[in-house]
Amino acid sequence: MADLLIALALLLVAAAATAAVAVREPARQALALSLLGLTLTLLFTVLQAPDVALSQLAVGSALTPLLVLLSVRKARRRSLDRVRAEQQAEERP
Amino acid sequence: MNRRQRLWVLLLGLAGVAALLVAAAFRLPTFGSDFHPYGDRAVHEALARHTANAIAAVNFDQRAFDTLGEESILFGAVLGTVVLLRQARDEHQVTPAPARVAAPVRRYALVLLPVTLVTGLYIVAHGQLTPGGGFQGGVVAATALHLLYIAVDYRALERIRPLGLFEVGDAVGEAAYLITGAAGLLAGTAYLTNALPLGTLDSLASGGTVPLLNAAIGMEVACAVVVLLARFLDQAVEIEEEGDRS
Repeated sequence: MADLLIALALLLVAAAATAAVAVREPARQALALSLLGLTLTLLFTVLQAPDVALSQLAVGSALTPLLVLLSVRKARRRSLDRVRAEQQAEERP
Repeated sequence: MNRRQRLWVLLLGLAGVAALLVAAAFRLPTFGSDFHPYGDRAVHEALARHTANAIAAVNFDQRAFDTLGEESILFGAVLGTVVLLRQARDEHQVTPAPARVAAPVRRYALVLLPVTLVTGLYIVAHGQLTPGGGFQGGVVAATALHLLYIAVDYRALERIRPLGLFEVGDAVGEAAYLITGAAGLLAGTAYLTNALPLGTLDSLASGGTVPLLNAAIGMEVACAVVVLLARFLDQAVEIEEEGDRS
């Protein structure tokens, strides 16, 4: 029974990790990363490592995706502003 | 050396590492067996120091010096982020507009904020007894504050988050760990030795220096995460380049 759970958790981790690599759009990647964090938490819990599972849950599935999302937002806003500035420059003459 | 020769050197190195790894893996105890030479010794040591959570005993007693290194890495990383993400000369700050939050989201986040905060502090305080500890609890407590950003808006978060105090807290947490380690020197033993009275096993005040080091880490990590997120949020929400939206 325990082996079955471990195998299932490992498969979930493999699937989530593949998804995190396959997704190319950064904002969606953050979500995939968060899911990967959740599956890793599950794996560590099944392997009876609750301390590591807690760290993984807090950092891997909450903090890191949030930092990625904030960086994406900043980068997007920057490029949007640049496009707007270029359009204004074109309209002026 | 041309490209081909370099590739051969790389392949040689990789083959060596692979051979060593495979040889080492064959000598490992089999997965899921009852033979845990390191685990048995670590648990024995943990119980000898009256620390119910053996992981905490490894992290903050037997390998306390490693944890000092890890804490310093986080401290240094946050320091670097503060320097890199500061407001530069060609940037200016804008006040973010108050946002409209859906009522259920607001209610949910406001109810969850105190619950999460207490959970984080509980995890820090019970690090020597149950799974968790300063690091995990610190991150949970720090994220709890940010529920206010979800529930209300960024200005509300800024009001309950005096950043200067959290920066000082980060440094104080780091210093507290160093000073608690020096207590071992005063007791006439080595640095970071668990020299305090051990207390009763499975009570809140047990494990000697373990709960103190846990509290120091909890403070450092909570403040570090708040400062880290604050810098990222400032950049994402408030700071704009000169010339933007002019």
